[in-house]
Amino acid sequence: MSVAGRCDTALGWNTSRDAWLSRGIRILLCAGALIFFTGPLLVIFSGAFDNNHDPTKLSVLPNSPSLINFVVAGQNKIWHYLTNSLVIAGGALLLQIAVSVFAAYALARKKFRGQAIVLLAILTTMMLPEEVIAIPLSLVIGDLPLVHVSLKGTLLGVILPLGAWGFSIFVMTEFMKEIPLELEEAAKVDGAGEMRVFLQIILPLCRPALGVIAVFGFNMIWEQYLLPLIVAADPSDYTLTVALLSLRSDDQVGPGIVLAGALLALVPSLLVYLSLQKSFLRGITTGAIKG
Amino acid sequence: MTAVQPLSDTQDVGSTASGGGAVETHPVRRRRRRRLTGATFVPWLYLTPAFLIFLVFKYIPMAEGIRLSMFEVRPFLGDLFVGFANYAKIFDDDRFTAAIWHTLILAAGQTFGSMFLGFFLALLLEGHARSLWFVRSAVFLPVVAATAVIGEIWRLLYYPAPDGFVNTALSWIGLGPWEFIDSPDQSLVSVMAVGIWKHAPYDMVLIIAGLAGIDRQQYEAAAIDGASTWQRIRHVTLPALRPVVTILLTLASIRGLRVFTEVYVLTGGGPAGSTDVWMTRVFTTAFEQSELGIASAGSVMLFLITLALTLVVQLYRRSREVR
Repeated sequence: MSVAGRCDTALGWNTSRDAWLSRGIRILLCAGALIFFTGPLLVIFSGAFDNNHDPTKLSVLPNSPSLINFVVAGQNKIWHYLTNSLVIAGGALLLQIAVSVFAAYALARKKFRGQAIVLLAILTTMMLPEEVIAIPLSLVIGDLPLVHVSLKGTLLGVILPLGAWGFSIFVMTEFMKEIPLELEEAAKVDGAGEMRVFLQIILPLCRPALGVIAVFGFNMIWEQYLLPLIVAADPSDYTLTVALLSLRSDDQVGPGIVLAGALLALVPSLLVYLSLQKSFLRGITTGAIKG
Repeated sequence: MTAVQPLSDTQDVGSTASGGGAVETHPVRRRRRRRLTGATFVPWLYLTPAFLIFLVFKYIPMAEGIRLSMFEVRPFLGDLFVGFANYAKIFDDDRFTAAIWHTLILAAGQTFGSMFLGFFLALLLEGHARSLWFVRSAVFLPVVAATAVIGEIWRLLYYPAPDGFVNTALSWIGLGPWEFIDSPDQSLVSVMAVGIWKHAPYDMVLIIAGLAGIDRQQYEAAAIDGASTWQRIRHVTLPALRPVVTILLTLASIRGLRVFTEVYVLTGGGPAGSTDVWMTRVFTTAFEQSELGIASAGSVMLFLITLALTLVVQLYRRSREVR
């Protein structure tokens, strides 16, 4: 028994009830890992609700619970920054999903000349770190080619560059390739048009992949720092994550204000992760192996 | 050169779309002859939104960046062509040289640090039990949180006084007090530690996926042969994880080279430039010193290095797969 039971994991953890020493060690180590990785995030929670001006008194539980930090942060326009962030996240995510779904439909379900070049062109955008084009991008956003419109200081200036993402297109393409061709042909025999096949046959079958690109897209957009920073014309255009820097500049107010802001920036990503956790983990493993 | 490529690709897009009749000869066509005349431009319609966005916000900036890297950018006066002088200035600039080293040390430390920590986490948390799943989900949270948020909280936890948060924890095991990001000697390591903390759980997920793919019979065979736990890890587990490790190395080293937000939020490159990395240097050059030409040259160099790194790893992977 002992041989088979201990071959489930690489380290050969003994999971039987009487192996109390092995179990004890594992529980202790797990507790340590939990404290190490979630402790700092718990400090954000407690610090945000703590009426405390002393950065040496941070802890995982508030000393004097209060909402004062959010009130003061509100006077520093934190709700305005949060709105900026949410509008950008919503707009860019919708655009990104729509663009990816359309592009993937062409790449996965159609055969056409130049397909390989298109794939290569999309791959190039993925090999190009966003940071590398930040400087010319700030010039392009200030004066769009051909139309000569400036997006500087607008939310659209952040949303549009995030509207297409090679990763989402590839995840979607790989998934759509798996859908059997017969479904599409049957629908066409029944007289369904191009759009109908796309919207009513293909798209509903892609729900798992939509979950993956939604959660990854949200994370990628929420993580943006350099882009909103270079698009902003003045500090009121900042997103919440960028604005955190300006909240802390006042040392008189203590750590509570910036932690209130950090909490507001943290909660949306936690909610998205916890509600779409399976999609997230699936995306990491497939995305990394394909990419 | 590299950015000219995608631009010519998009021209190709246009020409193929207009001369679409040529697709008629495609062998896969089978019975749907009647639809095909209409279908030739349909794929391009679906691809148009993606291409417009990529063209305006990726390809054009890339080409523009390469162009700017050879000019001295002078607003209102007109740009002046200077050839490779901007690149030469970067090589001569001590702050850029220092930034290269900081970037390399940071990238290497974070890459290997988070891989080691991720490997131990994976060994600890591998398994099907629901409690393990819970611990895995919780441990993964730092990956999900935005880097700016992580930077803010660690900046506070690193508070340099003896009764700061991390210093208090360190005093329990008889270490410290340290100054962390306030000291030029410790700042780079402190930034590195935050990066390891944030990225290790990500590596853990991939390594656990790798561990799950190992044939359990190999473990049983090792157990029957009387192999110790260490021998089993050394000779069965680690070789089986090699593909995962290659992927992690590629992803993490590219991520490490382009690091910006962590450093910008935690230290802003200070104190005394001790954590100034490539991208913070480029950012300062562009937006504080308004030297757009030099900053563009720096960006192009970073791109070439990342590209070279990706290609080397890809070639290495190919050559291994062939064998």
